[in-house]
Amino acid sequence: MQAWHEIVVEALKANDIRLIPYVPDNVLKPLIAAIHADPFFTAFTTAREEEAVGIVAGGVMAGMRGMVLMQTSGFATLPNVLASLPCAFHIPVLMMISERGTLGEFNLGQAAVWRTMRPALESLAMEYQVITRLDECGFQVDRTIRQALMTQQPTAMILSPLLTGGKASPVKAGG
Amino acid sequence: MSVTTAHNAKKMYRFDLVKRLVARLKNDEAVIGGIGHSNFDLFTAGHRPQNFYMLGSMGLAIPIALGVAIAQPRRKVFALEGDGSLLMQLGCLSTVAAQAPKNLIILVMDNGTYQITGGQPTPAAVGTDYVAVARGCGLTSAAWAADEEDFERLVQRCLETDGPHLIGLKLDAQGPAGQTERDPVQIRDRFMRGMGVKQSKLPG
Repeated sequence: MQAWHEIVVEALKANDIRLIPYVPDNVLKPLIAAIHADPFFTAFTTAREEEAVGIVAGGVMAGMRGMVLMQTSGFATLPNVLASLPCAFHIPVLMMISERGTLGEFNLGQAAVWRTMRPALESLAMEYQVITRLDECGFQVDRTIRQALMTQQPTAMILSPLLTGGKASPVKAGG
Repeated sequence: MSVTTAHNAKKMYRFDLVKRLVARLKNDEAVIGGIGHSNFDLFTAGHRPQNFYMLGSMGLAIPIALGVAIAQPRRKVFALEGDGSLLMQLGCLSTVAAQAPKNLIILVMDNGTYQITGGQPTPAAVGTDYVAVARGCGLTSAAWAADEEDFERLVQRCLETDGPHLIGLKLDAQGPAGQTERDPVQIRDRFMRGMGVKQSKLPG
């Protein structure tokens, strides 16, 4: 059985998504490693998620499709640029967000910023999908990418801890 | 070779510089105009299908240009970015240095102010040297233009040699010569046609 990150790589290749700028996250590690290991992709880190959105917007307008990888807290830095670049110009910027801040989060900062993500996506009227199951992952990623490209709209794919296992810490007695 | 430093670079007129740049573009070079007056003057200099005019997303002219440069390595790509905008996204200079696209040229339009909001000085106006910052980020081909003639020489060198390059331009306080038509979907559509990415039977 394929792991979630293998399914994602397959869907990206099937849809010719080559340009992958990202700000890293622990949960995304196997996906980032797989993308770097495959010469099909052009992948690199950026200093901020905003930058990565600009790079993918420029790439797709010049014929190279791309997707930004980030975690929940990174998404929270984005509403201004999403509203005024991919949303306003109708540019299919794809985003994949590792969901931190829920289902066993140990960091209150992450848990607090998590509460802003869905309201921000909804107020931007952006299409998004939450991926929770391995058996649905391939279908959701492939169809979400295709719809974004065909309708010239940005989109977000949220990788739930239900899919990835997330990042959790044991609660120590007396801690 | 003498090196022009920030304090002795001539303060020039942005619209004149943009016209001089556009006049040298003979090979469908892409030009990404940053938010505000940078893209107003690019638009007023005469629309080209290879121009993209930002209408927000302050600070993203260089990242957008980097994406275009990676997607089309045989096309020269210019980013026209204001000093206030660059300050919002200084980290992108390190990203450009790391990717080192040979076809990317950054013009920093430095008037020391947020001109569009009333000319308030930026926090960098007192002494930040953007060319020195760029060099510190690893962009070794970075220089201030001493005057208009030097600017033309630098642009020609950028067109003829591998980059990434950065040119710093000190600007006077004159305002923009016109205003961009604010229709983002049309701008994107025309830019994609200009990049040869989109074919359409709809007249463009």
